[in-house]
Amino acid sequence: MIIEGKQKIWADYQKDIPDDHYFYVRSCIRQAFWPGSEVTFLDITRNKLRKDMYENPYHTTCGGIAYHSDTIPQETAMTIIARQFALMHESGYENYVCSCITSFGCYTETLETWHEYPELEAKIRQYLWDSCKKEFAKPKYLAHASDLIYKFRFDIAKQMKFPLVNAKTGKPLKVVEHIGCHYSKMFPSKGFGGAEYPHVLVGMIEAWGGEVVDYPERRHCCGFGFRQYFVQANRGYSESNTYKKFESMEPYEPDLIITNCPGCPYFLDRWQYVIAEQTGKTYGKSGYGIPALTYEEVAGLVMGYDPWDLGLQMHQVAIEPLLEKMGVPYDPKKKYQGVNGKDLGRPQCPSCIKVS
Amino acid sequence: MKEKILIIGGGAAGMEAASQLYKMGLHPVIIEKSEALGGHIAQWDRLFPAFHPAKDVVEKMLDDVKGVDVRLETEVVDIQRDNNGFHAVLSNNEKLDVQAVVLATGFDVFKAERKQEYGYGIYNNVITNAELEQFFRTGKDERINHPKRIGFVHCVGARDVKVCNTYCSKVCCATALKQACEVKEVFPDAEVYTFYMDLRMFGPGYEDLYLKTQKDFDVKCVRGRVCEVSENMDGKLVIKAEDTLFGKPLKMTLDLLVLMCSMEKNKSINAIQQKLGVADNSDGFMQSKDTYLGMNETAQEGVFVAGACTAPKSLPDTIAEARAVAVEVFNYINR
Repeated sequence: MIIEGKQKIWADYQKDIPDDHYFYVRSCIRQAFWPGSEVTFLDITRNKLRKDMYENPYHTTCGGIAYHSDTIPQETAMTIIARQFALMHESGYENYVCSCITSFGCYTETLETWHEYPELEAKIRQYLWDSCKKEFAKPKYLAHASDLIYKFRFDIAKQMKFPLVNAKTGKPLKVVEHIGCHYSKMFPSKGFGGAEYPHVLVGMIEAWGGEVVDYPERRHCCGFGFRQYFVQANRGYSESNTYKKFESMEPYEPDLIITNCPGCPYFLDRWQYVIAEQTGKTYGKSGYGIPALTYEEVAGLVMGYDPWDLGLQMHQVAIEPLLEKMGVPYDPKKKYQGVNGKDLGRPQCPSCIKVS
Repeated sequence: MKEKILIIGGGAAGMEAASQLYKMGLHPVIIEKSEALGGHIAQWDRLFPAFHPAKDVVEKMLDDVKGVDVRLETEVVDIQRDNNGFHAVLSNNEKLDVQAVVLATGFDVFKAERKQEYGYGIYNNVITNAELEQFFRTGKDERINHPKRIGFVHCVGARDVKVCNTYCSKVCCATALKQACEVKEVFPDAEVYTFYMDLRMFGPGYEDLYLKTQKDFDVKCVRGRVCEVSENMDGKLVIKAEDTLFGKPLKMTLDLLVLMCSMEKNKSINAIQQKLGVADNSDGFMQSKDTYLGMNETAQEGVFVAGACTAPKSLPDTIAEARAVAVEVFNYINR
């Protein structure tokens, strides 16, 4: 590996995004999958970094899941997106940041398409007015939320309490980074680091003390791939993608996987349970899996947030071995307590993979 | 006084054009930016299809330009048209008045880093066709350490919309097969694979080379493109490709991957080309006046082109064009 080669690419694929004043839009599925991630992003940016992040309660899904599943035409998806942009404009913002990678891909694709085909933009402008009576506007800057955490990674490092380091040995944790396909594979120039060797998560890992694992199937899809999973008959294909990745990363013995897509951590997490049930194999040490976390969860962990406030109990793969490696204190009794001590219930114990 | 002809470029096209013009009694002046004549061919070991030593060809061409006015390590920094032809200023501050200009500036090798998925400059054991040729000449390249399995990727930077080069680079197929045979000569126990879209073996002896590659050297030709290269824990390369004849994706571990980089226009001439008013064609090379009857002429009177500055060309094509341009220039001077 020639690190200077990667560094050159990283230098070539940088993008200009503002420091502050963003209109934030949520993902339609992340709140169900990883309920602590978005709220942690807002807490870090608003309260730790003192940034202005505005949320409009009327914003909706971007339509990306339906678009990529071929259940709505592109014009419909674009009109939904135009409405989101109109809400940003009405709220007095021009910098748009989204939580979801697929949304980021859809927004990027839409803006590029409007740029290339102004007649389509004019058509969507009319659709927006006819359907919502809203004024058409486009963001001046578009960013993914991971772009902002990347941009502020050194500010976060200054407030870091538990770096990505094994507290007992002092050695950096080995971290796999997994980038959502829609981040930069379609438009390499829109992502930090480009499409082949993205820097957005690598930069976070390095800034927070970890060691990046580059393994042969690094670029391979997590297994979500929309139709791979949504079409029930294809789910074996979805799982086989995940299986391929784990088989490839296993020799490197990673401590953690960090992702920036709604679906990736879900599939990298849940399929570990299924693979274990089917094959009896687990990829972490001593019968555990490898935790697959969102970048907000990792940022929260290193900054000293309570793991259960981050929602890490929502992962199928037990997080405790990672917490112990990092030296993060946690109360096992509170793992399944929700807000105000509400009992969240216990997951059914799998037969192979350890969950606590 | 003999009429002076400015020849920009001292590679195969420039040398051959100068040699012919000299024999015709004119006064060619070769301006070459590097320290020696010969161009890319002087960096090559052997030539397809007959594995002829490139050195022999270069030496013969150098012999043919003995007596020709040559400026090495020199570039044209300015050129203006005047009543008698052109007034050129060289980087050594020399001023030349010439009656005609021959652009023989050749090509640049496509920068393999641009195809990031192949990992050139990232993974140690990914090299280019030019670097492999250098290894054949010198026997030295620490990346080439008794490889057991070697792959060649055709069309790197050619026939590829993603890098805005839709043209065929013409010589890469034959070069890949030639190099595949040569690498088997050096490492007889190695398995060698080539990954191609189409094998364009168009010239005399080329099809024989294709058959020889498979029959005598046991090189496996796989019809499909490599889409991704990565590195495993042992530092070996892991490639993904599609075998389109089997209709199946494949994954393979290699010790060495050779990228057959295409030709691109030599952009270092852009400023002078612009001053001469010569346009580019849709492939980004220089525009000839006519595809059929004016291949060596440009839209600008007194400005001629030869060799790979107008499109990717093999050495025989380049030599033929260089001889043709000499005739065009001779006729122009004596019009």
